[in-house]
Amino acid sequence: MQMHQAKRVEIIIEAMMERRLTEALSAAGVTGYTVLPVSGGSGRSGEWTREGQVGRAGGMVAVICLVRPERLDPLLEAAFAVVERHIGVVSVTDAQVIRAERF
Amino acid sequence: MGEILDLAGQNLISPVILSFVLGLAAAFFRSDLSFPEAIAKGMSLYLLFAIGFKGGAGIAAHGVDARLVSALVAGVVLSLSLPLLAFALLRSMTKASVTDAAAVAAHYGSISIVTFVAASSLLAGQGIAAEGYMVAVAAAMEAPAIASALWLVAWRGGGGERLNAELLREIMLNGSIVLLVGSFLIGWITGDDGLKQIESFIVSPFKGVLCLFLLDMGLVAGRGLRSGHAALSGGAILFALIMPPLGACAGLLAALLLGLSLGGTVLLMVLAASASYIAVPAAMRVALPAANPTLSLSLSLGVTFPFNLIVGIPLYLAVAAAFVAA
Repeated sequence: MQMHQAKRVEIIIEAMMERRLTEALSAAGVTGYTVLPVSGGSGRSGEWTREGQVGRAGGMVAVICLVRPERLDPLLEAAFAVVERHIGVVSVTDAQVIRAERF
Repeated sequence: MGEILDLAGQNLISPVILSFVLGLAAAFFRSDLSFPEAIAKGMSLYLLFAIGFKGGAGIAAHGVDARLVSALVAGVVLSLSLPLLAFALLRSMTKASVTDAAAVAAHYGSISIVTFVAASSLLAGQGIAAEGYMVAVAAAMEAPAIASALWLVAWRGGGGERLNAELLREIMLNGSIVLLVGSFLIGWITGDDGLKQIESFIVSPFKGVLCLFLLDMGLVAGRGLRSGHAALSGGAILFALIMPPLGACAGLLAALLLGLSLGGTVLLMVLAASASYIAVPAAMRVALPAANPTLSLSLSLGVTFPFNLIVGIPLYLAVAAAFVAA
C-alpha cells in the first residue's frame, strides 16, 4: 500500500489553554487535530494526577495533529505563540499516512 | 471558651469532618483510594446546584432583604481588597516573587464554595438560619480578587496577561459561577413549590454527598501536601494559617456594618476567610502562567482549607455569636 510522509505533532499543554491552542492551530491552516485527556504525570512542576480533581487548572491535555512536512513550520510557530509561557511539552515525530489528501 | 471547645469537638466528630480526615489519612499513608475525575466533578456540580437552589428558594420564601445589594457590594469589596492584604503579608513573610505572591493573593481574595457549604451544613445542624442570598454573595466574591491580583502584578512590574475581554468572559462564565448563580435564580423563581418537587434529590442526600466530596477533597489535599510540601516555607505555612482569621475579621466587620443575622455573619466570615482552589487556579494559569501553581494550591487546599474546616468554622461561629444575637 502506498504511504505518504507526514509529521506527527504532539502538544501536551495545560487544559486551560486547550481552546486557545486549537484556535491558533486552525488559524494556521491545520485541518484536523485530536484532543486526548492526560491522566497524570511528573515534570519540572512536580507530580500531578487528574484523580479526584474538580477544576481544570491542574489538568493537562494532549493535542495531536498530523500534517504534511511543508506545513510543519507555520504550525509550530502558531503553537509556540500559545504554549511558550505555559507548562507543557511539544514534540515532532516522523509518521506515514495512507490518505495524504486529508492532511 | 467552653462553648467554643464544645462546638469544635462536635464539629470534629461530625461525619463531614471525619470523612475529610479519612481522605487526608489515606493520602498520607499512600492508599490507592481515589475518586475518578468524573465522579468528583459530578459531586461538585450536585453540591453547587443544591446550595444555589436552596439559597434561591430561601429568598422566595422570606422575600428580598434590602441588604441584598449592600451584601453583594460588601462581598465584592472584600474580594477586591483582601488580596492587597495577602500580597503585603506574603511579600513580608516569604521570599515569594511578585507574580507568585499575587497569584496566591488572588486565591485568598476569592472563596472556597466547599468551605461555605460545610459552614452552611454546620449552621443548619445548630438550627441557625442565614440569609438565603449569601449564596449570591459567594458567587459575587469568586472573581474580583483575580482583577486585584493582575493589578498588583502590573503595578509591581511582574508581567502577565492583562484583564482583556476574553479573559474576563472566561472568569465570569466559569462553570461554578454559572451553576451557582443559575440554580440560585431557578430556586428563586420556582420557590417553595420548586423545592418540594426536587427536595428528595437536593435536600436528603446532600450531607451524604458532602461527606463523599470531602473525602475526595481530603485525598486531593493530602496528595497535594505530600508532593508539594517542598514548595512550602515556614513563612508561607504561617501565612496560610493567619490569613483566614484576618479575612474572617474583615468579614465580621462588614457583616456588623450590614446588620446581618448570626448565620449570615458566620457565612460572610467564612467566605472572607476561605481561599479558592477551583475558579482562581484556572484563571491564574491563563493570566499568570509564570506563577508556581504548586505553591498556591498547596497553601489554599493543603493548609487553609483543612484549617477552616476543622478549626476555623467553629471559631468564626463562636466569635460571631459574641457580637450578634442568635
